[in-house]
Amino acid sequence: MSNIGTSSGDRDFRTPLKRARNIGSGKTGTGHWWWQRVTAVLLALLAPWLVGLLVSFVGVDGETVRATVARPWNAIAFATFAIAAFWHAKLGVQVVIEDYVHTRWVEITLQLLVTFACVLGALASLYAIARIALTAAY
Amino acid sequence: MATRERPLSPHLQVYRWQITMVMSILHRATGVALAVGIFGLAWWLLALAQGGETFAHAAHLVASPIGLLFLFAFSLSLVYHLLNGIRHLLWDAGWGFDIPSVYLSGWTVAGLTIVFTLVIWFVAFGGHHA
Repeated sequence: MSNIGTSSGDRDFRTPLKRARNIGSGKTGTGHWWWQRVTAVLLALLAPWLVGLLVSFVGVDGETVRATVARPWNAIAFATFAIAAFWHAKLGVQVVIEDYVHTRWVEITLQLLVTFACVLGALASLYAIARIALTAAY
Repeated sequence: MATRERPLSPHLQVYRWQITMVMSILHRATGVALAVGIFGLAWWLLALAQGGETFAHAAHLVASPIGLLFLFAFSLSLVYHLLNGIRHLLWDAGWGFDIPSVYLSGWTVAGLTIVFTLVIWFVAFGGHHA
């Protein structure tokens, strides 16, 4: 388990307890860090477009707003933004909770709630965008 | 997990306030604010999908003083978090780590945040009356 991929001469300096628990570092931390950056770059590219789109909606009637969001590239970009934003939010808030909440059961409960809320937020956004795009009157 | 009373890292109040720590705290605060704010965006999208009365009601709420205050906080947080996030990405790439650069980029982000936020609101409402 702990010696997979190592040559026969390598020694494992971890204590038996550490090996048994299998909770060393280097598990999912790199993935968290990396996906936070990947979603950050996506959001940095999409945010100016989204702000421009939303600003253009000021004083515009609902039907026009709907038809604009329904345009293929707008719908695709909006959906991409929603996925990246809720994913990035989940990763970020997770770290804030890890840093400040020191009572284990409260921490776990909050992490679950944040995960569920972000999945729900992303799915609700995708549902709304799909409905707007697929029922557009061209 | 055992909860022991032990000294934690130096408390914030022993430090003189400086731009680096303020920027760092604000990055977190705006991040949490944006995490809340995107649920507002999802709500707006759902209302738009529903259309009719629902969207009219949502649009009315967005244009109310509380709605505009929320939007202003969201735009300010978004511009700050975006610009400071780029600063973080540049650090990740190994650029601008020396103290003078950190301070310069910090003040640049602070200044541009105000400029960009004002530009957004001027473009949005400059021609119309809000």
